[in-house]
This record gives sequence, structure tokens and C-alpha cells, in this order.
Amino acid sequence: MADEYSVVVQDLVKLFGDFAAVDSVSFQARTGEIFGFLGPNGAGKSTTIRMLCGLLHPTSGTASVVGIDVAKQPERVRQNIGYMSQKFSLYNDLTVEENIRFFGGMYQVSDSQIAERLRWAVRMAGLEGREHALTATLAVGWKQRLALGCAVLHKPKVLFLDEPTSGVDPISRRQFWELIHEMAATGVTVFVTTHYMDEAEYCNRLVLIYHGKIVASGSPTELKRTAMKGELLLIECAPLGPALEALEKSKVATDVAVFGNALHVVVPNAVEAVPLLRSELEQNAISVTRMEQIPASLEDVFVSLTAHEPAPAVPR
Amino acid sequence: MAESAAIVVRDLSRSFPGVKAVDGLSFDVKYGEIFGLVGPDGAGKTTTMRILAGILVPNSGTAEVAGFDVVHNPERVKQQISYMSQRFGLYEDLTVDENIRFYAEVFDVKRTVYKQRSEQLLQAADMQPFRQRLAGKLSGGMKQKLGLICALIHTPRVLLLDEPTNGVDPVSRRDFWKILYSLLGEGVAILSSTAYLDEAERCHRVALVHEGRLLFCDQPDRLKSKLQNRVIAVSTSDPRGARAAIAGTGGVRSVVLVGDGMHLLVDDAARLMPSLSGRMDAAHIPYSSVEAVTASLDDVFVNAVESDEEVAHG
Repeated sequence: MADEYSVVVQDLVKLFGDFAAVDSVSFQARTGEIFGFLGPNGAGKSTTIRMLCGLLHPTSGTASVVGIDVAKQPERVRQNIGYMSQKFSLYNDLTVEENIRFFGGMYQVSDSQIAERLRWAVRMAGLEGREHALTATLAVGWKQRLALGCAVLHKPKVLFLDEPTSGVDPISRRQFWELIHEMAATGVTVFVTTHYMDEAEYCNRLVLIYHGKIVASGSPTELKRTAMKGELLLIECAPLGPALEALEKSKVATDVAVFGNALHVVVPNAVEAVPLLRSELEQNAISVTRMEQIPASLEDVFVSLTAHEPAPAVPR
Repeated sequence: MAESAAIVVRDLSRSFPGVKAVDGLSFDVKYGEIFGLVGPDGAGKTTTMRILAGILVPNSGTAEVAGFDVVHNPERVKQQISYMSQRFGLYEDLTVDENIRFYAEVFDVKRTVYKQRSEQLLQAADMQPFRQRLAGKLSGGMKQKLGLICALIHTPRVLLLDEPTNGVDPVSRRDFWKILYSLLGEGVAILSSTAYLDEAERCHRVALVHEGRLLFCDQPDRLKSKLQNRVIAVSTSDPRGARAAIAGTGGVRSVVLVGDGMHLLVDDAARLMPSLSGRMDAAHIPYSSVEAVTASLDDVFVNAVESDEEVAHG
């Protein structure tokens, strides 16, 4: 079916000189899906998004957004997408209504439609009665919902969100994602990029890009269950400093991170590692009060897949 | 005399026209501890940091840093601390090494000490290959790490970090935290703010703040255990259908849809799980698991703010 996928990327490549920022990437985002695109700084995320928004021409490969080729018809692509970033594009010295009208003009919403879209956006953002308030006076959560309203005034079929709830309190964040889930249910495809794994949890499906290549994909639960390189142990022990040193030298542990008063240790096999690590720690006069396998978090998966190769030495 | 706390904050308040940024805040930070000041934008984190750094005067209340009162002795306070604000000044047209040397000179660090410390910090930050790169050409995560190295090139007794990992990817964030933990052996006290509750889990203790006020102050594990048997995670490919199926079940406080499931805050998880499964079975909703899970700090925060508002408005 033609409409099953809203974003289709096939063997996409972008070279800057000799440097492959995006190195033959392929993926598809289903229509009405909340699709998360993750990767460390410099992995090729922004370059991919710029190509999908028709702002950057691919070196080779193809990408289409709602069936429109991004290289051949970038203008038409831009008419069909919405974009919202953590750094709100709102004008603080305009009122709520002025901002909406401004973005309506920019997205070429017709005069006959703008009144209806204005009412819709105000209602969606929960700003009824505050149409004439200066945007600068709104709390962060309201601003975020107003920015979302402005980004979708022209009813785009694909919505790009860049760390949309950065810095927002957890209650506003939940309200924001509730709106996103509702939008997705009406068939809008939502394309999310973020560094924050708690935002990634709200996505139906995730793709992780690293050094320009896709290194994992799946639902958040699938990634946590299957994509982790190794298994994760929680170790509570004292003193913590020497324990950290001992584990960093240990051949059994592939990664160690401190979490408050405990350590998270990655090992190839938990059952085999527990007695080995216990005796290594005890040999170093470290008393272990707890050592058990725990489920990996998305952050653990992300780090295990991206931490152990050196970053490319080529300047960007 | 037993060593006193590194930071002592008592009933601290500060208003700006139209807003109470900090409203009666009290907490202590010990030496050798990483303490998280955790809350959304606008919670008063930056204002608190600026007061503690001796660059902003409170309207009322007191704050002591390394034994000095921030209002009466701001200059002495500044000698004891390192403060990394959100716009820490790196020189973009200087290299990594040159930036570090610049700050070593500003802080009057001896050359031999500076050499050794800079090696250690660069290694911990995994930044040795980039010593000759211009700061302006570093990625966001590396700039933050370089800022931290510069702030730590002298040995402060108290380190104040204002949202140090904003916009930094998880891998750089781990390096960043590794450096922080390595300082604890030196007895440094670290106060770090963040808007991200998952990051707060790395602190020994956290203060959750909202609209300038303290909601809770405790170890992350103890905060989470307040909601034991209160959170259920359902894993399903049809979160919306699942939510509709369980609508109206008594004892469910809130439902949050996530990418492949839903999280519920409930009165009694163990008692409620069978009836939730039953309702989903009856509605033919496919699900792979229904389980009681450890609450996140997010859950703790939402629960606290909602009960707070019930008290305030109820």
C-alpha cells in the first residue's frame, strides 16, 4: 500500500569532502508512527534530518517524505512537514495570537482557514482566554504546546520534533506527549530526535545511528531486551572508589558507571561474571553488599552500542 | 570539631519582579557528596546557584559555602568554589590545551600541578586526541567536558554546576560523570542542577524543586521506595486500546502512554494487576507483560506536585 510508510530512506549518503556524515542509511517510518531517531553528537542525525526536510541535497541514495522525493521537490516536501525544536521558534514579544498568525502566514495557511486553525491551536495548547498574553509571560509547558500548535497549523503529514520537551517539568512533558500520541492516532507521522532516553521511551520505534550508520532498531522494549552488548549488573559495595578502579582493570567487566551509591557494570555473561567479580572485589578488600543482574535501560543500550569506538578524527 | 557541611542553605528566598524564583529553600551538602538540585526550567535552580556563587544577593534567608556566608563574604566564597554556569566562557579560537592553560593562569595554578592535573582530566574525559583542536570546532558534548576541565584545573572545595549536561549525548554524559566521581576522593562537594530526573539518579542525594520550593530531599532510592507497589508497566503493541480497555478501573490514579506500552500510577499494584489483565483479555488487547515496576523519579515528582496542588487548591 502506497500510504503505509510516510518516510522512506534508501541507501542515503551524504559526503562532506571525504567524510561520510551519512553512510548508506536505510529505514522507513510507518504512517501514524512515533519514530525516534537517536545517536550521539556528530553521528549523522542532523544531516539526515536536513536532507529529509529538503534543506540539504543527498550525495546519493533516495529519501521520500509522504511520497515526495526530497532531492527533486524540496519545496513540496517543506509544505508537507512541520518542525519544532527545543529552542522554540516563538517570538517572545508577540502575543499568543500574533505568534499563531505569524506562523500561519509563514506556512501559507489561507485567510479562510486561519480563524479556525487559530481557535484549534489555542484550544490544543490550553490557552483559551490568554490569546492576548505576551508569549514571554507563559510558563515553559504552555510555550511548548503553543510552539507545537504553530508547527502544525498547516496540518502537516509529518512532524519533526527535536528534543521537544527538554527542560519541561514532568507533568507538562506527559501532557505534551499525550498530544503527540493523539496526533499520531490521526495519521500524522512523528519523527523525533533526542539525546534524552526518557523522551525516546515515548516513541513506538527507535533507530540508533552511529558514525553515519544504523546500529540498532526496534521498539524501546525490544532494544532493552535484545540490543544490549552484554548483560548488566548492579553492584553495591564499599569503598566505592577502589571498587571502581578494580573493576575498570578487570577483564570480566566491559564497562563500569557509577550511579549514586552503586555501580552499573556491563559483563558478557552475568551468571559467569558474578562469582568472578565477587572474588576480584574481595581480593581488593572491598565488601560487596549486593550484586545482581538488572534490566538494561535505554541509556545502557545506547552507551553499549556507541561508546567503545573512537570518534572519527576528521574535523566536521 | 567535626567537619561542617560544605553548603548550608536556610530559608533562602529571592524574588524578581512578578516571580518568586526561590521560596524558602533549605538544604545541606556534605563534602565528598554529589548533590542534585533537580527541577524543571523556572524552578529556581539557576537563581540558587548564583546566590551560592556569591553573585546574587538573597532577599531573605542565609547560605554558607565552605564556611563563609555568601552575603557577607562573597569574595572568600569565590576563592573556595568553582562555578560552571550554563554559558561557561570558552575561547572558541583557542585550542583545547590553550583554554586549559588560560584558566590555569587565571586561577594561579602552579605549572607542575597544572601539567599533571590537565593530563588526568583530559584522560578521564577521553579528550586527549583533541588537545590541538580549536574549542569552536568541538561538538556540544566535548565543549561541556572542556568547560568542566577548565573549571577543575584548580582544586575547589565546592563545585557548582548549573545544568552541565544540557544537550550532551549519553556517552559524553557518562564521561562527564566519571570525572565528577573521581573528584569525590579529594573531598570536594558537588552541587549539580538538572532538569532531567533520570540524570538525578546518579547523585547521592537530590532535592526536587518546583516553583522555587523544595518538594523532597533524600537519596534517589529512598524517594523511589515511597512509591513501592504503586507503579505498573504494561507492555503492548496497542497502548491506546489498552488504555481504553482499563478505563474506569478503581484505584488507578494516572495512565501515561509510552511508545510500546503504558505506565500506571495506582493505589495497590499487586491487588490491581489481575483485574487489569482481565480487562485487557476481555477487550482482546494483545500484551506481553503486566508487571509492578520500580517507580522513576519522574513518578515521584508528578505524584508530589499533584498532591501539592491538591493541598494548595483543594
